[in-house]
Amino acid sequence: MAIIKVSNLTKRYRDTVAVDGVSFAVDRGEIFGILGPNGAGKTTTVEAVAGLRQPDSGTIEVLGRTPGDPELLRQVGVQLQESELPEKMTVREALELYSAFYPEPLDWRRLAAELGLEDRHHARYATLSGGQKQRLSIALALIGDPSIAILDELTTGLDPQARRDTWDLIESIRDRGVTVLLVTHFMAEAERLCDRIAVIDHGRVVALDTPAGLVARVATEQRIRLRPSAELDDALLTALPEVREVRRHGSTVEVIGADNLLHAVSSVLAAHQIIAADLRLEQASLDDAFVGLTGRGAEN
Amino acid sequence: MRIFVKLTGSELRLFLREPMAAFFGIAFPVVLVVILGSIPAFRVPSPDLGGLRVIDLYVPIAVALIIAMLGLQAAPAVLATYREKGVLRRLATTPARPAALLGAQLAMSVLIAVVSAALVLLVGRYVFGVPFPARFPAFALSFLLGMAAVLAVGLLIAASAPSGKAANAAGTFLFFPLMFFAGLWTPREVMPAVIQRIGDFTPLGAAERAMHEAATGSWPALIAVAVMTGYVVVFGLAAARLFRWE
Repeated sequence: MAIIKVSNLTKRYRDTVAVDGVSFAVDRGEIFGILGPNGAGKTTTVEAVAGLRQPDSGTIEVLGRTPGDPELLRQVGVQLQESELPEKMTVREALELYSAFYPEPLDWRRLAAELGLEDRHHARYATLSGGQKQRLSIALALIGDPSIAILDELTTGLDPQARRDTWDLIESIRDRGVTVLLVTHFMAEAERLCDRIAVIDHGRVVALDTPAGLVARVATEQRIRLRPSAELDDALLTALPEVREVRRHGSTVEVIGADNLLHAVSSVLAAHQIIAADLRLEQASLDDAFVGLTGRGAEN
Repeated sequence: MRIFVKLTGSELRLFLREPMAAFFGIAFPVVLVVILGSIPAFRVPSPDLGGLRVIDLYVPIAVALIIAMLGLQAAPAVLATYREKGVLRRLATTPARPAALLGAQLAMSVLIAVVSAALVLLVGRYVFGVPFPARFPAFALSFLLGMAAVLAVGLLIAASAPSGKAANAAGTFLFFPLMFFAGLWTPREVMPAVIQRIGDFTPLGAAERAMHEAATGSWPALIAVAVMTGYVVVFGLAAARLFRWE
């Protein structure tokens, strides 16, 4: 069941069109990714869903209501880019203050502990590390026990370990039943977390699918590289329907094909008692899919 | 209402954590009264001042100084910083609206101003024998109206300044001429008449005049009340039109 429905959303800033007819629907309980290069219109889209921007045209429905509805302010937790807190406010004060905004807030101590902030209660905002600020920001988005969380570029600027910890956290949020709308330009993040992804480029949705579906859409080609332990006749491989081409680079054989290429090749090798050394399978990644869809890399 | 009280408490705590703001908003005006009152010549009635002493004049001036410190120096910088840093933007996504934080900041400023003014009046009365304002309700109303007028100017600064630093600079820039007309350097009452008339049209000049008149037993001049009300309306509306949450 769709709990966020966006249809034909359009938003202009003076003479540039930031969002140009974007439509998608998010189902309850999924992690839905909005992926796109910088300036593609991702943030404008989620800001409209969060009720911060008035669309020029198109409709948005969240939990059956229009953004800006007071009930949605209670039910939708939002973590925005570049939203800080007063420098001298402590972690505890921020969590207690934001708890007071909601009718049935979560226990802030438990939330802080889940986010690894339990020993930073009395730390002032200005003294927190980038990762801690980001986690506090996520905590404030979740303190009201929302049914939807909108998270915009939440791992930008985090070190790899903090990024992985944040991913675990997002998964635990989803496991609690919260629907997550996630904006990102990191492929690895989208691939790891999202059930479905809308790829946005130049203000339009250019693809909407599961991560695997997006990959399959652009590239069905696979490559296997291996060094055979004995003489291998190319004809054995080219006879396979899965194989399109065989190339040789010195002692390395490169097999290009599709479908169940690895299984087909390894069956032939096994039948001829050839062992493959340094075997590597190269598949298209979400990165390739992204470049295929938008004509450029997400991180430029 | 519960949210508003929480936000006001939070703003108050944050204000008290800024040593400079807390010193200039709360301690400095009363320190000024103590320093001026310690000068023996300022405690002698002067026929030039209609039988008043210099220290008698400086009590309402110190109250005007409180208004300037809080309304021009503290509040605009805090609010512009909140917009610059996205504090207001984040609040716009919660059931507490950005307007509630704006209101909390103003309520906190008035609260601090009242406490600070009470300190000045008490020290004036019990240390230097400056009588409490003769028409106390008129004095209190003039004080609150003056605070509202200067906060309206401060809000317009906060609305139009691109950053907290810019708001701070604009507030400081306005502080000196406005406090001049309120008599911080030369009491308004001994200024040439033409300077007084110009000062009547400034928010702090009008506030100081109204407070001085209420303190010494007459009714505040209508022109002073009208000027302050005008600032509240004109600057308040302009600020409301121009203010952006982000």
